[in-house]
Amino acid sequence: MKEVEMKMLERAKALLESGEVARVVAWKKGDFCFDPSPAVFESVEELDTFVYDWFCGANLSKYLIQIAKKEGKTAVFLKPCDTYSFNQLVKEHRIDREKVYVIAVECLAKLDVEKMKAKGVSMIESVEVVDKDVHVKTAYGEETLYKPDVVLTKCETCNKTHQAKDEEIILHERPERDVNRFAEVEKLEAMTEDERFAFWRNQLSKCIRCNACRNVCPACSCVKCVFDNPASGISAKANDDQFEEQLFHIIRAFHVAGRCTDCGECSRVCPQNIPLHLLNRKFIKDIDGLYGEFQAGETTEGKTPLTSFTEGDVEPKDVFNGEAK
Amino acid sequence: MQRIGVFICWCGSNIAATVDVEKVAEVIKSEPGVVYAANYQYMCSENGQQLVKQAIKEHNLTGIVIGACSPRMHEATFRKAAEAAGLNPYMVEVANIREHCSWIHKDMEEATEKAVILVRTAIAKVKLNAPLMAGESPVVKRALVIGGGIAGIQAALDIADAGFEVDIVEKNATIGGRMAQIDKTFPTLDCSACILTPKMVDCAQHEKIDILSYSEVEDVKGFVGNFNVKIRRKARFVDETKCTGCKICMEKCPSKKGLNEFNMNLNTRPAIYIPFAQAIPNVAVIDPTQCIKMKTGKCGICQKFCGVGAIDYEQKDTFIERQYGAIVVATGFKPISVDNFNEYGYNDNKDVITSLELERLMNAAGPTNGVLLRPSDGEHPKVITFIQCVGSRDTSGCGKPYCSKICCMYTAKHAMLIREKYPDTEVHVFYIDVRTPGKNYDEFFRRAVEQYGVDYIKGMVGKVYNENGKLMVQGSNLIDNEQITIESDLVVLAAAIEPEPSVRKIATLLTASIDTNNFLTESHAKLRPVESPTAGVYLAGVCQGPKDIPETVSQASACAAKVIGLLVKDKLKTNPCVATPDETMCNGCSQCANVCPYGAITYVEKEFRLGGGKTEIRRVASVNPAVCQGCGACTVTCPSGAMDLKGFSSKQIMSEVEAICKM
Repeated sequence: MKEVEMKMLERAKALLESGEVARVVAWKKGDFCFDPSPAVFESVEELDTFVYDWFCGANLSKYLIQIAKKEGKTAVFLKPCDTYSFNQLVKEHRIDREKVYVIAVECLAKLDVEKMKAKGVSMIESVEVVDKDVHVKTAYGEETLYKPDVVLTKCETCNKTHQAKDEEIILHERPERDVNRFAEVEKLEAMTEDERFAFWRNQLSKCIRCNACRNVCPACSCVKCVFDNPASGISAKANDDQFEEQLFHIIRAFHVAGRCTDCGECSRVCPQNIPLHLLNRKFIKDIDGLYGEFQAGETTEGKTPLTSFTEGDVEPKDVFNGEAK
Repeated sequence: MQRIGVFICWCGSNIAATVDVEKVAEVIKSEPGVVYAANYQYMCSENGQQLVKQAIKEHNLTGIVIGACSPRMHEATFRKAAEAAGLNPYMVEVANIREHCSWIHKDMEEATEKAVILVRTAIAKVKLNAPLMAGESPVVKRALVIGGGIAGIQAALDIADAGFEVDIVEKNATIGGRMAQIDKTFPTLDCSACILTPKMVDCAQHEKIDILSYSEVEDVKGFVGNFNVKIRRKARFVDETKCTGCKICMEKCPSKKGLNEFNMNLNTRPAIYIPFAQAIPNVAVIDPTQCIKMKTGKCGICQKFCGVGAIDYEQKDTFIERQYGAIVVATGFKPISVDNFNEYGYNDNKDVITSLELERLMNAAGPTNGVLLRPSDGEHPKVITFIQCVGSRDTSGCGKPYCSKICCMYTAKHAMLIREKYPDTEVHVFYIDVRTPGKNYDEFFRRAVEQYGVDYIKGMVGKVYNENGKLMVQGSNLIDNEQITIESDLVVLAAAIEPEPSVRKIATLLTASIDTNNFLTESHAKLRPVESPTAGVYLAGVCQGPKDIPETVSQASACAAKVIGLLVKDKLKTNPCVATPDETMCNGCSQCANVCPYGAITYVEKEFRLGGGKTEIRRVASVNPAVCQGCGACTVTCPSGAMDLKGFSSKQIMSEVEAICKM
């Protein structure tokens, strides 16, 4: 990881020095080793705080909507999963591809500090990962955790590859894995309607409407969100229920259906640990089943299954009767 | 202050028998904003309309709600009435208390309560209506006919005779369609070719008609009066302008194993061929799957012998784009595959054939030159058994639930013709019912039974099997209440007919609606039977429902009358209920443009103030109101709700929902 970080830093410096780019979007160190945050670097000096480590899970693509509008070119480091969001934003004309220099960086999954804490590991000072062992140095001593237990949920079933790049920094290839990202969705599908309703009601009741999921979501890029717009007639509706959060999350899931790349940021940032990504994955699974395999963000062109009408489209009655292929 | 008038129609007893119309009017009177409420026996009648007009004037109404039948029936009627009384026609809303209420409910109390809710909903909407003005769009004075069968031919001839240009797009190498394959036609028994081929020639010679054979509609953009159609001209590997139809290529072609589709694959044809002698255009086409030159690179005999140098093995598909004011769909039918019906042994016995195959076997230009010989050994069949309703009126799932309508009559025709030509042949017909509505149809059927001695057996066939070279037809005779087995030499299956499968693509391109059996849907079964719900699209022939030749020709002429009525206009009034974007909220994401079936949405770059003296250039949607048809697909796709539809704004829909939910 250190080698990759050094290479990235080297490239960031070179790009800024040569004036090829006006700024670099990357991660900067936080107060602790486990809380780096997205940052914009506009000079070589600012790069002192640059970091790329096991905790850089944040997807940087959405920041480009505003940042890439500025004068000059913007360089950005994108992990495989981030490139899908990036492409989707280019496709929706939210980012001008010409104004961004994409550096594809390797990712061997990112760690979830909350999961580590749940394992009883706190006061983390540093982390070193060797294969599947996470060696953690804490104020109390050293501990070793099993990596698959403590990676971010979005990394658990990730098989994504870079879909956009102008150059790449990849020193370690991530092996292709046999994973089923729909396993959790299938469990929900196997429930009875009442069980499923109870599950979501319970999960969504935890929502505090902090809007973190919406604000981080690369598909939620509206100039003016319907929930912030009193004239939409929806903002009040979402609250007009004792179970208000269900409408907010369900409306949001509908708005991003067919556009969600399954980057998993919604669940990562949720302070209440609501598995929001499962709503989106259910949509993805249904779209795959009804219209054929489709991965949003794979390309920057073409129509999506939900905004195009073709002769072979599934008949509504078959969907209704559960007979759709 | 809004002044709303409400008019409740009885529709005779259609509404009044189930909905207490007096009570609805009474309850509605106290709704906020309602200043007048009345009920009347027939609101659409002259007197009813007069009542509406008078009330608008006397009570200074700002908007009206008609509680009556579906707006698809009479919305236009009431808009006109409102306009005549000085009210903007778009200040009219129709609450459908007939189809959505009285017709589907039995309990008067419940139905009345629901009618009140529906009217209240319309009131909620009309209060948010804004006066709208219809624009105008020009009309391209040319029609497209898709399909060159008898329906397409008749429609094209009638439109062209009225002085308008018509293009016929036919996917096969010749026009003529199914009728060209038929030997004789009921109930007059005149020869199909004798009445069809002159019409084909008329088409070819008509200065206003352009036949685009071996072509398919690839894409359709635009709207009534202004369709822009892309047509694929498939490579026929023969230059249409040079070929004289001399047929020398057909004689010389060494590859003669291609199945002859025109003869229902009962014999073979060369790789280069003209489908039949009277084909229009009389131009050859090469089947690349059979052509030795195209498969191996060696041969080229047809090119050598062609006196005019028409052969071009390198020819590629080409595309043309043309504008049309109206489109007639006449894509026709095909018999269903009888593979699902193992009990009749079609795939196992050469002498079990379909009725269309029999047509070819009896046709003078067919594979047997019109002599009825059975396919297995070329012998004259002495006992022939017909089985009707093969896949028609079949609710088992193997066939079609509908009656194919033509089979009873053509089976009677076949039976009669066989008895006439070969009096020593025994003819049996298994039937469920014999249906003969139509001028001279029952007389025709009776002649088959009474004069020609055809043996009609009421009952269905359970099984056809081969025993010592004889086809054993085992069925029930319901009149005599017994199981019988008929030893036959030939079995003819009256297979159901279904819309030509390519109609699905056409319907998608035209956004024309289609039913569960793939028949195109007419706008109204009685009032607008030849119009598709998509403006400017008309339906002729079996693509709309099973019908015989006389009906098809009548419908085609009706279509032509509708098309002519459209094309004589110089301008059309456009629908003012179009989409408009709120640019300040538009993300420029292109989802609306992607989903728009009419290509009405483009993008422009505009400068927006950000505050603090700063501005920003953003890409925002722009709707061409002349192209927009107001379908609303964009409004529901837009994630930020920036797109809205005039006359059906999100606010109006929400207030309708609220009115329904408010009890």
